[in-house]
Amino acid sequence: MKKNNKSLLSNPGFQTLLASLVCIVVGLLVGYIVLLIINPAKATEGIVTILKNFLTYGSGKAAMKYLGNTLVKTAPLLMCALSVQFCYSAGLFNIGAAGQYVAGAGLCLYAALVLKMPWPVCLILSMIAGAAFGAVVGVLKAYRNVNEVISGIMLNWIGLYTVNMALTPVKETASPYTQAVATVNPSALLPTMGLGAIFGNNKYVTIAIPLAVLIAVLIWVVLNKTVFGYELRATGLNKEAAKYSGMKEKTNTILTLAIGGALAGLGASFLFLSGFEQWSVTQSSVPTMGFNGIAATFLGGLHPIGTIFSSYFIQHITSGGSYLDKAVFPAQISDLISAIIIYLCGFVAFFRYFINTQIAKRRRDTANSNDVPINTPAPADNNKKGGDEK
Amino acid sequence: MSEYAIEMLNITKRFPGIIANDNITLQLRKGEIHALLGENGAGKSTLMSVLFGMYQPEEGVIKKDGKEVKINNPNDANDLGIGMVHQHFMLVQCFTVLDNIILGAETTQYGVLQKDEARRKVTELSEKYGLKVDLDAKIEDITVGMQQRTEILKMLYRDNEILIFDEPTAVLTPAEIDDLMVIMKNLSAEGKSILFISHKLNEIMTVADRCSVLRRGKYIGTVDIKDTTQEELSRMMVGRDVSLKVDKTPAHPGEEVLRVENMSVASKRGSKMAVNNVSFNVRAGEIVCIAGIDGNGQSELVYGLSGLEPLASGKITLKGKDITNSSIRERSVSGLSHIPEDRHKHGLVLDYSLEYNMILQRYFSPDFSNGAGFLKRPEIRSFSEKLIDQFDVRSGEGPVTIVRSMSGGNQQKAIIARELEKNPELLIAVQPTRGLDVGAIEYIHRQLIAQRDAGKAVLLVSLELEEVLGVPDRILVMYEGEIVGEFDPKKTTREELGLYMAGARKEGHTA
Repeated sequence: MKKNNKSLLSNPGFQTLLASLVCIVVGLLVGYIVLLIINPAKATEGIVTILKNFLTYGSGKAAMKYLGNTLVKTAPLLMCALSVQFCYSAGLFNIGAAGQYVAGAGLCLYAALVLKMPWPVCLILSMIAGAAFGAVVGVLKAYRNVNEVISGIMLNWIGLYTVNMALTPVKETASPYTQAVATVNPSALLPTMGLGAIFGNNKYVTIAIPLAVLIAVLIWVVLNKTVFGYELRATGLNKEAAKYSGMKEKTNTILTLAIGGALAGLGASFLFLSGFEQWSVTQSSVPTMGFNGIAATFLGGLHPIGTIFSSYFIQHITSGGSYLDKAVFPAQISDLISAIIIYLCGFVAFFRYFINTQIAKRRRDTANSNDVPINTPAPADNNKKGGDEK
Repeated sequence: MSEYAIEMLNITKRFPGIIANDNITLQLRKGEIHALLGENGAGKSTLMSVLFGMYQPEEGVIKKDGKEVKINNPNDANDLGIGMVHQHFMLVQCFTVLDNIILGAETTQYGVLQKDEARRKVTELSEKYGLKVDLDAKIEDITVGMQQRTEILKMLYRDNEILIFDEPTAVLTPAEIDDLMVIMKNLSAEGKSILFISHKLNEIMTVADRCSVLRRGKYIGTVDIKDTTQEELSRMMVGRDVSLKVDKTPAHPGEEVLRVENMSVASKRGSKMAVNNVSFNVRAGEIVCIAGIDGNGQSELVYGLSGLEPLASGKITLKGKDITNSSIRERSVSGLSHIPEDRHKHGLVLDYSLEYNMILQRYFSPDFSNGAGFLKRPEIRSFSEKLIDQFDVRSGEGPVTIVRSMSGGNQQKAIIARELEKNPELLIAVQPTRGLDVGAIEYIHRQLIAQRDAGKAVLLVSLELEEVLGVPDRILVMYEGEIVGEFDPKKTTREELGLYMAGARKEGHTA
């Protein structure tokens, strides 16, 4: 495949982008059909509401404020997505991001509410908690070959109930929620650095948001430009070859999951130290943030930069769902749409395969030569990884 | 009735970017042994996949007994009486031979297995064709040769008329190869039509009636074996004259580079030692070859030397330095290069670019990364361009080519380039020519000898007798984890080596 390869359509990055967009469109379409089934008269209005999200508010200032709210929740989602993405680059499926997120939330709230620590300490502790959870999975994987999905899921629940227990002493008397960070220990709140003012005086908009984007870029740099990233990706693509070339594949596995855990843990403090949400100590299901992170990762074409946009999109329609007329539609409808989109993400590889065969067919029709002697290739090979950049 | 059992006429199969089969015609006469010869990547496997319905050709037809047939999946092929002995056997390890033969074609009554009838039929078949097997032995306990006979019986039990052997001799001892040749002749004498896929010219000359040659996806021609020579076949296969003889001058061994004393490596399976108390040395300026049938501890020996597996006991010294407990990287840095047995498993990160694979063991060195931990990409690029140029590694897009898309021969060249560029004291090359065509084999042999002549030590592990007799200066035969004999390639014969490799003979050996 020497010639014509520079055309836009055969560019893997563009293909991934196109595939993600197709997933989104089809997902929205199916969501719309579901809305039609529930209530044909209000379906169009419903889907528009979801898509408009904060734009429902006419005035610029109010819209900005609610855009801020969406962004506040995008930051932790992005961090979870980056956690999944980082581990995936090393061939590990970090479904434990949800538990690492929980661990991070637990320790940062404990530090903020019980120990009355300032925010930088809380941030670091949330990373340590997440990293510890990730490392447990990593050690089990590296030395006992325990599947990281199994140990990750089990740790999710261990994390949830441990955190519920640990935070019960600092819950509000009248509600299952932990005390507000803003009232108990304002020094633990993340600084807004004037960002709140831009977003219609939204005090929840903090440095967390630019920080999350910065970390995404950083992850990309680490994975693609550094020796560490070279090792991690080699380990992920072929563990045996990594070992053969003298890389410490066990250490790398543990380190990868620890870093992934730290990212997810940090994500939790990005949300809870903004004061936007409080932890409910009676919740009996693992927060969906970590799982949505998986979705955002795949929708983002497994690329840190793509993940920024996909995280925002998923949060955008999730927030949009909350504006739906509750009397007509359940709020979960936006979860349903994002679920469908995520489901379709599985077709990204298929979609790219489809494009490639079409290109090949067209090229064959025009030129008949271009004979490159190669091993019989398995046609699906180049679809193995999503948006892998050169 | 047609004179052909199966005909594949003008088959064309394309994949994105390449034409794997370009207008190929293959006609298998009834009762003949027809060899299919071609280099790796010539399109043999694709053609067989088309015959078994795993791929649908864009053009061309398949005829059985002169009638056009449509083969959509392997079951269709089975129904047409086409059976195949795969290179890697498809047997259930913990089942008996009989169970494996009847698996999928069991005779039952009210859902209960009726093995007596099957046993009678299999016994009859094995006597008729001289296929000696122990029906009640478990696959894991029998020799590779018997496993292969089990596979052949599987085809016969299903009344297959067209038998395909995919490189069947790769795993056999010389004596077993001779047996197989006899079996194949018996089968064809009984009217079975045999397609024999191979790139071993001497075997084709021995057993086949006709031979079709493919090269780079194209059909080159079909010749009668009695009217041709090995040289002609190799010319058809490669497209140019190749020397089948290895040219080299006598070795001038210098000081000892590798010393292995009483080395043992545990087996992955069971409690036996895969390598049992082995001692030998390799000197500068000589090529020592470990010969043996696959699975007699050669792989584990190399794992032990390269550090991929820990030693159970023993000592390894490289240039006077004890490396018994050194890490893989320490060994690599102290001058050990390793061309691994399995280039896809160990040798390459297939989804990495060629340039990234070229620095696989050296990415951390100051040449390719800076103090801050960033890769020096321009240096990596120019380094790999130099290697690509020097070793003539061919690929679609040069340094940025994803290695997976390269041909097996060029992948191997990339590994060899990388390992030789390290300028090692000791080069361990494990089956470096496996699966490669004659042209590439010639190239690799020359590189090994060039290393030797440059005063390096080379340890070659090989299963191919041609290579064992042609390339090295000393031969060590391994059998069941032990070195059972040392030979001078100029003074030994295939037959003698074969006896030692099969464990029929053994000598008291000291390093």
